[in-house]
Amino acid sequence: MGKLTDLIGRRRVLKGLLAGGTVSVGLPILDCMLDGNGEAFADTGAPIPVRFATWFWGLGFGEGVWVPKGSGTSYQLPDQMRALEPIRHKLNLFSGSEVFADGNPVATHVTGGQVTMTGRVENKIKYAGSLDCLVSDVIGNGRRFRSLQVTCSGNPVDSWSARKDGTKQLAETSPLALYTRIFGPDFRDPNAAEFTPDPNVMIEKSALTAVTERRNDLMRQLGAGDRAKLDAYFTSVRALETKLQVQLQKPAPMLACVRPGKPPEDDGGVVTLVSDAMARHDLFANLFASALACGQTNVVNLTITEGMSGLRFEGETASHHSLSHEEPIDPALGYQKKCFEYQKVYMKGLLEFASAMDGIKEGDKTMLDRMLIFAYTDHGAPRLHSLHNYPTITVGSAGGRLKTGMHVPHAGQPITRVSLTAMQAMGVPIASFGTGSNQANSAIAEVVV
Amino acid sequence: MTIFEKVEIDKTMNGIRHFSVRHAKSLSVGACLLVIAASFGARAAETNVSADKPTSMRISSSQYRRTIADIFGSSIVITARFEAETRENGLLAIGALNNSVSEDGFERYYEIAKDVAAQVTDKRHRAVLIPCKPKSATAGDEVCARKFLATTGRLLFRRPLKNDEIQALVAVSKDTANKKKDFYAGISTSLIDLLISPDFLFRYRNIEPDPARPGHFRLDSYSKAAILSSFLWNSNPDDLLLKAAENGSLQTDKGLAMQVDRMISSPEIESGVRAFFSDMLGLDQFDVLSKDAKFFPRFTPDAKRDAPEQTLRTIVDHVVDRQGDYRDLFTTRHTFMTRALAALYGVPLVETTDNARPMRWLAYTYPEGDPRAGILSQASFVALYSGAGRTSPTIRGKNFRLNILCQVVPPPPPNVDFSLIQDITNPKFKTVRDRLTAHRSNPTCAGCHRLMDPVGLAFENFDSSGGFRTTENGVPIDTSGEWNGVKFSGPVELTKALHDDPAVTACVARKVFAFASGAMPSGNSAQWKEIQTKFADSHFNFLQLMRAIAVSDLLYSVPETRVSLLEHK
Repeated sequence: MGKLTDLIGRRRVLKGLLAGGTVSVGLPILDCMLDGNGEAFADTGAPIPVRFATWFWGLGFGEGVWVPKGSGTSYQLPDQMRALEPIRHKLNLFSGSEVFADGNPVATHVTGGQVTMTGRVENKIKYAGSLDCLVSDVIGNGRRFRSLQVTCSGNPVDSWSARKDGTKQLAETSPLALYTRIFGPDFRDPNAAEFTPDPNVMIEKSALTAVTERRNDLMRQLGAGDRAKLDAYFTSVRALETKLQVQLQKPAPMLACVRPGKPPEDDGGVVTLVSDAMARHDLFANLFASALACGQTNVVNLTITEGMSGLRFEGETASHHSLSHEEPIDPALGYQKKCFEYQKVYMKGLLEFASAMDGIKEGDKTMLDRMLIFAYTDHGAPRLHSLHNYPTITVGSAGGRLKTGMHVPHAGQPITRVSLTAMQAMGVPIASFGTGSNQANSAIAEVVV
Repeated sequence: MTIFEKVEIDKTMNGIRHFSVRHAKSLSVGACLLVIAASFGARAAETNVSADKPTSMRISSSQYRRTIADIFGSSIVITARFEAETRENGLLAIGALNNSVSEDGFERYYEIAKDVAAQVTDKRHRAVLIPCKPKSATAGDEVCARKFLATTGRLLFRRPLKNDEIQALVAVSKDTANKKKDFYAGISTSLIDLLISPDFLFRYRNIEPDPARPGHFRLDSYSKAAILSSFLWNSNPDDLLLKAAENGSLQTDKGLAMQVDRMISSPEIESGVRAFFSDMLGLDQFDVLSKDAKFFPRFTPDAKRDAPEQTLRTIVDHVVDRQGDYRDLFTTRHTFMTRALAALYGVPLVETTDNARPMRWLAYTYPEGDPRAGILSQASFVALYSGAGRTSPTIRGKNFRLNILCQVVPPPPPNVDFSLIQDITNPKFKTVRDRLTAHRSNPTCAGCHRLMDPVGLAFENFDSSGGFRTTENGVPIDTSGEWNGVKFSGPVELTKALHDDPAVTACVARKVFAFASGAMPSGNSAQWKEIQTKFADSHFNFLQLMRAIAVSDLLYSVPETRVSLLEHK
């Protein structure tokens, strides 16, 4: 192994000219170059990346009967989460979190998600700087896609992702369209022996360069509001430039990368049946797993629907959202029976999502072990549009930075502490998150390694 | 879609006032209405926006498509999807003022630009769209490239290109042409550059010193041309309008009026009317509308496709072709049907087109007294503002107030118990009216629900798909209510009761202005009053409203902060 490692232990870079430009072509890295822990590339010491995912479901868990009695690792999963039993040792459940309105008007089915993701109660027009974007600012560079957003509902605005400048990142609605975007003609297999940069990509970059070179000229003529918009525009242009630049370089090998099969035809239109939405969900989960494993991105975001889930079981006239308000609480069970069925389906979806990541082996661990899934919702008890007792679930240990397998009672605490814990685990350099009563100044110590 | 809009008192939001939940809780219905009325007439901030407010508007997807079709012809096909637009204060146009371009959105524009450029330069189109011939098809040709790019760039950027802009584009074109040994590949790359530029994707309000008022500033001619063409034709300025900008006549009252009258008399005015009403009525939301086919088998894909078009044809027929009173849109018996819609509505339509051919649109007039008259009885309202399986009078009432009257009802406060609404199998509450009446007995809820539910209940004869029904769970549907003291039964009587309510015409005027400019107008300026007077004097002729706004200085006002920026340069 030693001699072989000496021969091929370093990446040799070929530099050449392509139509006047310079491109770098690296030799493939073989898995014998991983160190004994399977944790790193032996010679460069570059770690296998830690990835991040957000996962949103609408309408929470209902009244507080779901809160487990025990805490720490000795607790019973809530009934609606029973499907997650096979991976309970890899997840954490936070119960009791609060969203504080601080006297501001509350946007039902919006404020909860807004505070979880941005730390602020604000006019939804001003929604900016979501948790996933703060993470992708740290770990999203150098990938074809800084982050990816999808929704199962068919409505592209069902996304909680927004950059710091307020640019909302809308969601892809069709698994087939997502596949084409990631694994279509522009995909370069990171494990391919040969790599030939596409000369058309260089030419495409030149069109972008011509635009960006006019930036200063344009900025000079504008007022502050328009400059901010133009700045956001150029940030998006730069993202595409980066993407094209990445396409010009031989990608680093990703041993677990396998190009997935093409999903079935799907125009991405709106769906209202639970079965249709969850079928899309499972396709998205597998595509995301492949995208992460193939190094196309390090951050992915999925929503099943918006907060006011309009999904129905077949034969139902009322949507989940209508039921959440109108269905009486069963006196024997202590919860809304029909709504409970929706929650079970969503949690089964979370199992599918996590399992897709867990099914990817990277060395002696799985991709799920090296990532963090942040699962959140709009209301703890949506029946009353309550801002109390939110359930939040994290799956994965963020590469060993978080303990897992725990129920963490978080009663009375701002939900932003859970958000902050997740972000700090992902290496975001922030000491606090949120404003007013929603300000969190410390991570949740029980889960931090 | 949210049932309730987020609410806050925000002094910087022009025109549509919002109410805090704190206020709604403690208000009686009457007080709530008074507050709405007061806010509606309240003096909001002038359109001289603050330094933080943008003035540029992102091109809409329909404007993009129209512009490409106008410049390159309708055989250039755009199949890719644009990024979804966002609605603010009830209009996508206001969203366009605040929206920039996301990463995904830019990628989409980029793909669309590549697709358009490839078609424009392909063998089928190049001879027509690139009239000059290069010296060699396998190399760059600066002269021909310059000619094409300058001509096309002027139409795309809504102004002549500067020399250095043309130079840069020609350089890119030459570079690509030489690398790929293909002149047309070079043109394609430069065209992509034009199509992804902010100068095309955004319409800017550029200002210049006003020679008639030394020390003051005005919008430059090209900015005025851009506002006019996007407003009246939903497209970029044509060559005549650009020439009027170039020769300075757009800066004169007479020259401006001449162009406005030309544009309003043109068949293209239909595009502007359609674009406005599509925005005002939220018809883009049909893209995300779904009905359960088991409950509503007649809500077929064809019916869904045709429903918004039916309303737009009804509107164009009434306000453009007949130049009727705007208020009569809500009671008109004249409409248009396809076979799919006739099946949905249950009306007899004799249509003899073969099954294999596209369905034709046929004029249809409801009989006198038919409750299905008026655009609000069409699927574009009653189906659009319903769930997939059930109606929601609350949603219909809320959107009636927002879309037609510019009145925003606040969202429900948190921690309200909805259990008064029993499930639909409860024999005590057979109709949704029964259920909502029980709900309105809760004083916390009553204040806002009394604003929405009676209006929504007037439309309960229309099920979730827009089909007509007379019973619910075996019980006859009661659509009676009261509006400003006038009793009504059903939607047509409701809209007749509304006929003389000044909120109806005041609201559409405000929305038209916001559609044109991206922001609601100031309520009480002399210029605004003049516009409203002209609208009223014309018997609420919608085209005259468009004209009044298009020739008003109010549409071309210069933000004070822009002025101060220039003065400090």
